[in-house]
Amino acid sequence: MAIGQRDPHTGHMTTGHEWNGITELNSPVPRVIFFFLGAAFLYSLVYWVLMPAWPIGVTYTKGLLGANQNLALAKSMKEAAAARETWARHIETASYDEILADNSAMQTVRQTGRALFGDNCAACHGQDAKGGKGYPNLAQAPWLWGGTPDEIARTIQFGINADHPDTRVSQMPAFGRDQMLSRPDILDAAAYVETLSGTAPAGEAERARAAKGKEIFAANCAACHGEDGKGKHDMGAPDLTDRFWINGGGPQAILDTLNNGHQGHMPAWDGRLTPLDRKILTLYILDLRAERK
Amino acid sequence: MVSQLTMNERRWAMGILIALSLIGLTMLGAGRGDAFGVHGAIVAAAAIAMIFVVISGYFAPEPGEERLTRYYDDPSKAGIVISMVWAMLGLFVGDWVAWLLAYPNLTFDAPWSSLGRIRPVHTTSIIFGFGGNALIATSFHVLQRTTRARLPDQLSPWFVLLGYNLFCVIAVTGYLMGVTQSKEYAEAEWYADIWLVVVWVTYFAIYLRTLARRKEPHIYVANWYYMAFILAVAMLHIVNNLAVPISLGHAKSYSLFSGVQDAMTQWWYGHNAVAFFLTAGFLGMLYYYLPKRAGRPIFSYRLSIISFWGITFIYMWAGSHHLHYTALPQWVQTLGMTFSVMLLVPSWASAGNALMTLNGAWHKVRDDATLRFMMVAAIFYGLSTFEGSFMAIRPVNALSHYTDWTIGHVHAGAMGWVALITFGSIYAVVPWLWKREAMYSARLIELHFWLALSGTLIYVFAMWNSGITQGLMWRTYNESGTLAYSFVDSLVAMYPYYIARAIGGLLFFLGAIVGFYNIWMTIRTAPAEARASEPDAPALSGARVQPGE
Repeated sequence: MAIGQRDPHTGHMTTGHEWNGITELNSPVPRVIFFFLGAAFLYSLVYWVLMPAWPIGVTYTKGLLGANQNLALAKSMKEAAAARETWARHIETASYDEILADNSAMQTVRQTGRALFGDNCAACHGQDAKGGKGYPNLAQAPWLWGGTPDEIARTIQFGINADHPDTRVSQMPAFGRDQMLSRPDILDAAAYVETLSGTAPAGEAERARAAKGKEIFAANCAACHGEDGKGKHDMGAPDLTDRFWINGGGPQAILDTLNNGHQGHMPAWDGRLTPLDRKILTLYILDLRAERK
Repeated sequence: MVSQLTMNERRWAMGILIALSLIGLTMLGAGRGDAFGVHGAIVAAAAIAMIFVVISGYFAPEPGEERLTRYYDDPSKAGIVISMVWAMLGLFVGDWVAWLLAYPNLTFDAPWSSLGRIRPVHTTSIIFGFGGNALIATSFHVLQRTTRARLPDQLSPWFVLLGYNLFCVIAVTGYLMGVTQSKEYAEAEWYADIWLVVVWVTYFAIYLRTLARRKEPHIYVANWYYMAFILAVAMLHIVNNLAVPISLGHAKSYSLFSGVQDAMTQWWYGHNAVAFFLTAGFLGMLYYYLPKRAGRPIFSYRLSIISFWGITFIYMWAGSHHLHYTALPQWVQTLGMTFSVMLLVPSWASAGNALMTLNGAWHKVRDDATLRFMMVAAIFYGLSTFEGSFMAIRPVNALSHYTDWTIGHVHAGAMGWVALITFGSIYAVVPWLWKREAMYSARLIELHFWLALSGTLIYVFAMWNSGITQGLMWRTYNESGTLAYSFVDSLVAMYPYYIARAIGGLLFFLGAIVGFYNIWMTIRTAPAEARASEPDAPALSGARVQPGE
């Protein structure tokens, strides 16, 4: 057995072991360690007695407090739902017009709708609902499928080109890619579409092209977009005469659309959001637009 | 490297490498059109390259008997350099991921650079590449010094080191191709996992064979920890990775566990990977290099015993605190939480033992940045174990879970504890291994220290703020009783912290570059005269050390 030596700095003896110059003091374990070990164990012991803790065969000790996280969750969900009931019932049953006229109900819609919209709609339509390339501007642009509360609610519930049987369906054909129109015809139609939103053709050649394009438009585009190019709600066809463009305005973007077509997609929220949440979102959007005007 | 092997070992090396290249070629054939085949090509290429290395030295004269009068340190030297190479990769990718979270376009539209792929590249490169190689390198060094026995042979340490790195390369290249088991810190697929088991068992055998031939009557604390690390990691790795591949020619596999059992097995693994890889292993490092550098005896042998058994016993129960308020039965959560609370005591006893060891050497801590690295590491060890126990308490976890607070906690441990103790130990061991007077530049160590410390503090404070903000925003209700904030609102609130975190990570990365440069320049400087005062050789009295013994 090796003999320990006294460490001059601490006054403790070493254990007498040595490894490559490393020695160890034989100092006692500080009392405080045992104190905290005891305290931590006591805390655990109390917790085990009070809460579900140790497995016994196929069951476990339930604890004196009878705590059960599943029941606790169900209970707090129920309580939260009951607390919301004061306004939720009203919004569920009242008509859109009634709610829109009721300032305190709309206050709730604004509060709740903001997070609902942020968590479910903003990924595509943006936090401010102004959309982006490929995603309609809900805050300002005219409606594709009609702007009545019921039409908006229907879009939210069933989506557009979604996998729901009642979904709205709409498609802009790829006139160029699928060779439905010749290249010159597409250029003419594009020139005409530009004039619809009030951009005057630049030169003589463009004017001539736009004039030819008008005929092509009447034959190929008017069925959905209307004779006047103002779009049709039952087709989901956008108004081409305004300043809003879902897929970008300007000569190049219009040409791309004519060539390659578009088929936007909006998921159906039926089954993913409750009827109440969808109604709140409908009201929230209507309110958002009212505010902007 | 090859000239150090005996003729017999060279034959074995050839045999192993030929077998490995055949395995690689078989994988390549069986896995055409799949990432499995790419990995086969990597295995075959690595094995064939090594065959050329062995051939080039195959007919060199055999090492003489005098090799047995010196410790076998070449694998340790290689391991330290490889560890620093992984640190460069892991820290670079880590900081990239950090910037990516603030500026999502930094994936540059490539599938391989998406967050889900490069994040595991970061974690694997740091934990297994940087940390694992440093553990292997230092464990071989410490094992020989504290047993006064040479490693049992020259071949198996190289097999462990290089085989382990082959695992890391397969893992990391796999993630970039989308190969993953989707188990955090155990992402590598089944064939890589099987290979790691072979490597790991060899690693443990080296430990046992050396300890069996030790010339010291007692086994030093550092070796308890290194052995706990190797043994527990083997057990965790094997159980958590039990899986059935969809075919023997395909990378994909399905876990043997499903649902909540799968989650529990994963976090039993995940938490004990923190316990036995990132704690026990690095405590082994601390227990050798800190007292050695400080020139002080360990504060208390008895405290070492209490904390060792406390940590090894209690940690095993704590994993379920990762699954609070989930489908996991509540009683399992209770056990995870209470054991996590008890765990604080042995953890702080370890940190305290390290810091008290510095009594009588605080002037060295002030002057010597290497020792200061180790001291600050012990403090961060204490801080993050306190934080861990605290976060394991259910109501606290209700706030912290799924937030950046967890990320901050992990990085307080990984940067503040694991990386700092590793850098401190590397700065201590490099001059010893390469027989240099000291590191190339003490001022660069000082610079590295302050870069690493400030980087860690910025990182951790940013994540505390971000995490608590996030947690509070997610649970705030308005007077209507609905959520006050959308998820994107919380992202917007986190944005400045994400930039701060990325800057903290950048400082840490810069520090590591300075460190690597310093290590490299030390290796390149001229060797010092051998120190006569301290013999650095295995004990030769009694039975002679035989290769393969």
